[in-house]
Amino acid sequence: METVITALGSGLLEAFQPLNLFMIFAGCLAGLFVGCMPGLGSVNGVAILLPVTFLVPPTTAIIFLAALYYGAMYGGAISSITLGIPGASTAVATVFDGRPMAQQGKADKALMAAAIASFIGGSVSIVLFTLFAPPLAAFALKFGPQEEFALMLLAFATFIGLGGDDIPKTIFSILLGLVLAAVGFDIISGRPRLIFFDMVEFQRGIGFLVLAIGVYGVGEMLWTLETTKGTVQMHKVNIGWQRMKENFKDVKIYINSTWLGSFLGFFVGTLPAAGATPAALMSYGLSKTFSKDPDSYGKGNISGVAAPEAANNAASTGSMLPMITLGIPGSPTTAILLGGMIIWGLRPGPLLFTESPDFVWGLIGSMYVANFVTVILNIALIPVFIRVLAMPFTMLTPVIFTLCVLGVFATTDRMFDNWLMLIIGVMAYFLRKLNYPVAPAVLAIVLGPLAERSLRQSLISSQGDAMTFFERPISLVCILIALLLVSYPLIAKMLKKRNAQQPAQ
Amino acid sequence: MTILKSMLTGAAALALTAPAAMAEWQPRKPVEFIIMAGTGGGADQIARLLQGLIQKKDLSPRPFIPINKPGGSGAEALRYLQDKAGDDHVVMMTLNSFYTTPIIQDELGVDPTEFTPIALMAMDTFLLWVNTDRDDINDLDSYVAAVKEAGLNWKVGGTGSGQEDSVLTAMMEAEFGYDVTYIPFSGGGTVAKNLVGNQIDSTVNNPAEQMEFYRAGNSKPLVQFTGERQAAFPDVPTTKELGIDIEYYMQRSVNGPPNMDPEAVAWYTDLFQTLFDSEEWQSYCKSDGLTCDNMMTGEELAGFHTKQFAAHKELIAKVGAAAITGE
Amino acid sequence: MTVRTAELIMAIALLLASLGLMANIYFGDLNIGWVPGRGPGAGMWPFWLSLGMALSSVATLFRWVTGATPESRNTEPFVAPETIFLVSVSAISILVLLLMMTFIGTYFALMIFMFFFVRVLGKHGWVATMGMVIGTPVFVYLLFEVALTKYLPKGLPVFEEMFLAVDNLRYALFY
Repeated sequence: METVITALGSGLLEAFQPLNLFMIFAGCLAGLFVGCMPGLGSVNGVAILLPVTFLVPPTTAIIFLAALYYGAMYGGAISSITLGIPGASTAVATVFDGRPMAQQGKADKALMAAAIASFIGGSVSIVLFTLFAPPLAAFALKFGPQEEFALMLLAFATFIGLGGDDIPKTIFSILLGLVLAAVGFDIISGRPRLIFFDMVEFQRGIGFLVLAIGVYGVGEMLWTLETTKGTVQMHKVNIGWQRMKENFKDVKIYINSTWLGSFLGFFVGTLPAAGATPAALMSYGLSKTFSKDPDSYGKGNISGVAAPEAANNAASTGSMLPMITLGIPGSPTTAILLGGMIIWGLRPGPLLFTESPDFVWGLIGSMYVANFVTVILNIALIPVFIRVLAMPFTMLTPVIFTLCVLGVFATTDRMFDNWLMLIIGVMAYFLRKLNYPVAPAVLAIVLGPLAERSLRQSLISSQGDAMTFFERPISLVCILIALLLVSYPLIAKMLKKRNAQQPAQ
Repeated sequence: MTILKSMLTGAAALALTAPAAMAEWQPRKPVEFIIMAGTGGGADQIARLLQGLIQKKDLSPRPFIPINKPGGSGAEALRYLQDKAGDDHVVMMTLNSFYTTPIIQDELGVDPTEFTPIALMAMDTFLLWVNTDRDDINDLDSYVAAVKEAGLNWKVGGTGSGQEDSVLTAMMEAEFGYDVTYIPFSGGGTVAKNLVGNQIDSTVNNPAEQMEFYRAGNSKPLVQFTGERQAAFPDVPTTKELGIDIEYYMQRSVNGPPNMDPEAVAWYTDLFQTLFDSEEWQSYCKSDGLTCDNMMTGEELAGFHTKQFAAHKELIAKVGAAAITGE
Repeated sequence: MTVRTAELIMAIALLLASLGLMANIYFGDLNIGWVPGRGPGAGMWPFWLSLGMALSSVATLFRWVTGATPESRNTEPFVAPETIFLVSVSAISILVLLLMMTFIGTYFALMIFMFFFVRVLGKHGWVATMGMVIGTPVFVYLLFEVALTKYLPKGLPVFEEMFLAVDNLRYALFY
């Protein structure tokens, strides 16, 4: 314990050096900016700013990149709330309640909740990281394909009830997402699947962002244009000091969801291959399940913004754990950080903690500072982000479309995905009009490949014996929790009915 | 005002250097640096190191942008490069799936010998790894005995059906007469993690993928599939010493799409030669058990590819494509 | 077309699409069954899920017949006449934007796209129009090409050359 404190102290001192502090500030700002563009995320920012960092020492460089990573994580919520387009898979759940809040003229409240929840999530995660990195890394190793699959079941279980009231249409939407996720090469057999019209472009598969931006950026946008008859302009928000103070007081409404999201997010994030997206979804789902008023979720409940935001920030900090302790990237962004570390002659792996303590603790120290800097920057910039909503629709619409088109292009560098985005968008618009819920499809395309792969890996390793999921303790516990979650709303409803009937008797 | 001034100076400088630049081909836009494998594995580590070095040493007027295309054991990347025929602004970091994937997935319609060979950066090796917890396995004999006893319960992790490690696994099955269960994962890093976490029993990883776990005492090598012992593993016997007829190497070469402009090829060759000779690259080779004695280029590399492609065809015919894909 | 008709057409189209997916996998020579000792084959997951899609479409059709969904009882027009213009113009403008990006490149395409929305549709003043028409491509160039080193589509070689000249200038200045 004492060693941790001294090490952290020296790490914080490192982070507070003028150059490092400046780099943290610059990194957070750049990250925030890149992250708030739909389609662009920390991957773009980190990859591109890598060369800049050759000019500074390795510790400063990684501090800068980590700050950028933090900034981008916060930034993801901004486009989800103001534009209604999830800029990254981690921010999908933030749209569910963030978008309605913006439409009700409460964008500033949603942004504030996102910032504060992110801060708490990040803080919880860093503290846990500091205290328990080695034992958590050992625990993460116990996670094989079986446990991964059980975790995915858990994630699916939490988003039962995210769909609409039309059950066949909701099921259709989930299945469609799962099937679209199977397009491209099958990782297990290496065989191409569902290559429509024999177009080689489909070998690459249908990316999450193509679907998400198609559905939310094009489909939802067309739908909003129609329902508002061209007056997309949101309610104007006048942000004054008074309103900001009020917004701070909202914290007590969503603090429980935030704690839930923070711990859940950290835990899920530390598991290799899981990452921040399932964490955010599970947090949203759980927060809704245990809420006193689950029906208000999806209609602008502030807890619905806080829960996923706390979780995705906690998880992105958590996903640094497998990278630093084991040398395994937990997300594409950490993969690039990993690349940077190799260039600087640092070997991520189990020995990094003991061989380069200055570096590791400098990084951890900078995470504390970056978290502070980002939340302050973010809150200070809320009035700027709100201004976007005050733009007239004939200016906002082309800007949104431009960002969608370029965001999709930037992820895969091919026009094919843009055409796909347009087709998906128009389809989504028609489906939306006919009361097909679209969110389940977007979520399914993220979780589908993870679930299928871990399922098949597990079954290959058990030679086709499905009992393997129940024989392993961690996986069994996850499955039991999943079953509980699926049945919980039913049980709650039954209890409610009984309670309601009793006085009548 | 200063901006305008510097722009004018820049334009003047450009006008002056323009004729010089005409003489030799140089990239005019960012170069796509395709990696035919996922993040965290050997090929990815190498490509990102090279990209970093190019920028650090300012070797290219335009940046190199690494792009991972791991789909279908590299099929996606191969197809992409084939469709880029004649494009001088894309190169690819390859591994042995450069040969194996086109053979196993013949419907892909890719012939690796048609690509433009640029530079063979290194020859990588394979070792057989088990978790250090396995006290009962200390050499190849005890390994084979343990596998035979476990039969299909023995789980070998790898990076994908049709990937070179699945070929090597199939070669071992044929050589020792046992059958194991091969589980594909999404990259070399994930395989290493699953070995250390005891989710799988053994793997044939490259040194780079296991090095840190080996140094930390989490995994141990049993045998190297080489003719000579490598400097990084002086105590590990080779298959040749043990009298086993399996020697298998992994090529780490950079190739361009078919029909590249010869001047562009010359430029890239120079670039990779500079990288190859750099201290950073040579020290990386040493610490990660890569063989980097001399860089093969042009015709010589084309010949090497042809030979390797034919050798892999024979190999796959011998063990059977079904043994590799497991279907 | 009424909402009622639209729901029927959509349900039938989705049913056919699901069957198409099943056929694609079945005839794509993928194993849709359980491989003994290995678990699901490569085609099992997508095939049976597609079947699920087909069944849920059948359920929707059934609910349409019995009038269980609100849409099946709704005889209002599917797309209201006063909004049909707005929605189709927006969708078509994206289509045109993508086409233009392919031929004349991202930057010129964006200028025309902005002009269309801001001036033609929005009837904003010339200052606002020119601000958007020039500001957007400049911003996009700085963000994507300079900061993020993304090479956006430049269109036909003639147009590409123009931007390579801009790039040359930029690299001569800053590299």
